[in-house]
Amino acid sequence: MTDFRITPAAPAPSWRHAAPLKALAAAVLACATLAAQPALAGKKDDTLRMAYDQAPESVDPYHNNVRIGVIIAANVWDTLLYRDPVTNEYKGQLAKSWKQVDDKTMEFELREGVKFHNGEEFDADSVVYTLNYVADPKNKAVTQQNVAWIDKVEKIDKYKVRLTTKEPFPGAKEYLSTTAAIHPAKYYQEVGPKGMNAKPVGSGPYKVVDYQPGKSITLERNADYFKESPKAQPKIGKVVIRFIPDRQTQMAEVISGGEDLIMSVPKDQAEQLGGMPTLQMVTGNTMRIVFMQMNIQEGTPAPQLKDERVRRAIIHAIDRESMLKNIVGEGGGLINTICTPSQTGCTQDGAPVYKYDPAQAKKLLAEAGYPNGFDIDLVAYRERNQTEAIINYLQAVGIRAKLNFLQYAAMRDMIRANKASLTHQTWGSNLVNDVSASTPVYFAFGNDDITRDPQVRDLLNKGDRTIDSGARNAAYKQALDLIAQKAYAVPLWTLPAYYVATKDVNFKPYSDELVRFWDMSWK
Amino acid sequence: MLYFTIRRLGLAVLVALTVSILAFLLLHLSGDPALALAGEGARQADIDMIRKTYGLDRPLIVQYADWLWHILQGDFGTSVYFKTEAGPLILSKLKTTLLLGLGALAFALLISIPLGVLAALYKGSLIDRACLAIAVLGQALPNFFFALILIMLFSISLRLLPVSGSGSWQHFVMPAIALGYYVAPAFMRLIRAGMIEVLAADYIRTARAKGLPARKIVFKHALRNAIVPVVALAAVQLGYLLGGSVVIETIFALDGLGYLAYQSITYKDYPVMQLIVLLLSVLYVLLTLAADVANAWLDPRIRVS
Repeated sequence: MTDFRITPAAPAPSWRHAAPLKALAAAVLACATLAAQPALAGKKDDTLRMAYDQAPESVDPYHNNVRIGVIIAANVWDTLLYRDPVTNEYKGQLAKSWKQVDDKTMEFELREGVKFHNGEEFDADSVVYTLNYVADPKNKAVTQQNVAWIDKVEKIDKYKVRLTTKEPFPGAKEYLSTTAAIHPAKYYQEVGPKGMNAKPVGSGPYKVVDYQPGKSITLERNADYFKESPKAQPKIGKVVIRFIPDRQTQMAEVISGGEDLIMSVPKDQAEQLGGMPTLQMVTGNTMRIVFMQMNIQEGTPAPQLKDERVRRAIIHAIDRESMLKNIVGEGGGLINTICTPSQTGCTQDGAPVYKYDPAQAKKLLAEAGYPNGFDIDLVAYRERNQTEAIINYLQAVGIRAKLNFLQYAAMRDMIRANKASLTHQTWGSNLVNDVSASTPVYFAFGNDDITRDPQVRDLLNKGDRTIDSGARNAAYKQALDLIAQKAYAVPLWTLPAYYVATKDVNFKPYSDELVRFWDMSWK
Repeated sequence: MLYFTIRRLGLAVLVALTVSILAFLLLHLSGDPALALAGEGARQADIDMIRKTYGLDRPLIVQYADWLWHILQGDFGTSVYFKTEAGPLILSKLKTTLLLGLGALAFALLISIPLGVLAALYKGSLIDRACLAIAVLGQALPNFFFALILIMLFSISLRLLPVSGSGSWQHFVMPAIALGYYVAPAFMRLIRAGMIEVLAADYIRTARAKGLPARKIVFKHALRNAIVPVVALAAVQLGYLLGGSVVIETIFALDGLGYLAYQSITYKDYPVMQLIVLLLSVLYVLLTLAADVANAWLDPRIRVS
């Protein structure tokens, strides 16, 4: 943008009669007369339109690890068991009943008369082929821990199967009711994961009628869905999920009526959108816990954290209650142990609660030999506003935390390389409602464990391998108490989720952040 | 002329190569692709397996050389995210991006030609200033912000256009405007300067003296001469528009090359990402080359220097 001011040799003559702004006017008019009304979403054409920011790499439930993949899977496929999202009770879905034969063996009696979307019949072969196929590491299921516990599945008769786990695995029911979708055996054998992605076939309440990778997926009500399923019969005729990467665009879509439902909306924006006449804001809790890790391994960049008094001081310094109310938002809940409250085996009982008490924090710091506080790094990757508030609270007691805000993968690299001091972590347990999917990840000497207390590890391992639920829960409780007593981590809260939906639809959120289309209806 | 073309061609190849090396390094330095591929819940064993399967455990230079060697043999690799061949994947998205780029170019010309002519005709006047203001705004306004303003105006207030998607031609209107507005000022400046020069020429004075109507003089005699350099600039700007579509396609959820580039960066899908960078830089280099050659052909002075 420079030389707009070149002066020609001769004075410019007057051109007052020259072409008026015809061309320009035409251009403006062209824009203004576009009579293209965007397709009206919703009730009128019995189509629910949902936008999501990430596209799954594959629709085959075993070959993606994104939330929308889990949502599609739950609506298009069924699992052997079903966990009621409200009571947390297990029910039979594709299995009529089941029993634990011994520590490593379960038997399932299967439902008869269930059909897949392509007409193929569901029976023992479907279960045997699917689970043996995905459990084989050669077949590269993306999230190995969802299937790696399966040793083998055998057919007893047409409607009876036996499942053996490699170790005693109390979490089995949880996986069998969430991630272990059952495919039609003949079809899957024929087309494999690639074909399953191109033309998905399940037995669930919705069937896929159109899929354009990276762009959209269209589901249609499965009118023949088996009546005995604990999932409700689907009511809404059609569901279109479009992948819109930009959040602002998603919001513009719901405002303009182009989309009916968006999720993971930031609190302030959800509140604004909820105030609009055609929209409603819906909030719910999630399974995602937020906490801070403290690196006390050999060679930690912050040796101060090795002192238990310093760790307690950090927890005392943060006003968790007021942060929950003012920043995190309704729907979230305080936690005092490092696990998701809805998880089997997770408990808050008996663990010490460190109240907000900056004076106490300062006292503890002085006792530990830091009357003037100290400098420390804090690494974070999401919910930056929360991290910043935490930094302010730490600052107030003299702990000068410097924020290092990274992408998740980069932050994980740093933690695993023993270069992190304080972390602002979140963990969603991959939707698994069992404590074995949360606490052990950070305290059982895995890659992300930066406290490494052998006593805690042993208790967690014991819980992971005990089938008897009383003894199992006791082991976990001891581990959780120990973590809290030694202040190995700062328990913060569960994150709330904000959804914005058209007012025409009945929508209920669940803490697993799973959008159940079969559960929705028009008002 | 031949020597000039060959020299420019050699330079072009070097540019494309440098860009691809830079893209490769940036992607690998910004975090371990194996970790990103494995996802949040992965165990170390999964990550190690991925690292080995994709050859990510080799030194960077070996990985790059290996990639280049395959490209030269026409093997464009496989997307590690979508698990399909990268070549066809990218080709399938090219149409949307070309449509968007051409639409943006058309829009840019549509506003810059009349505005440039107007500014030249009323040089120094309020109209000239107004045109200048429109141009400055176009370059100063980030296109993602301008895109949001367009959405608010045309989709939310007026309800004339769909917010996002690529289902119909209406879906392309706002993205083309948002993208085209940014390059319009360059054209406008060129046309204005050209027009001012031409309008001061003797033959225009003669045409006026003969009593030809003003409209005829401006559009038939003057603009036709002033517009020649614009053709060369258009080629270069089209290259810019293709690359600049990353942000715009992401905002409008247009399923094109730019959106694919955004996804491949997010998911560390490095084979796709590298191929897009290579394709875009080759396209850009080719268009620039075409512009250079056309200019040299039109104006012998360029060839000499």
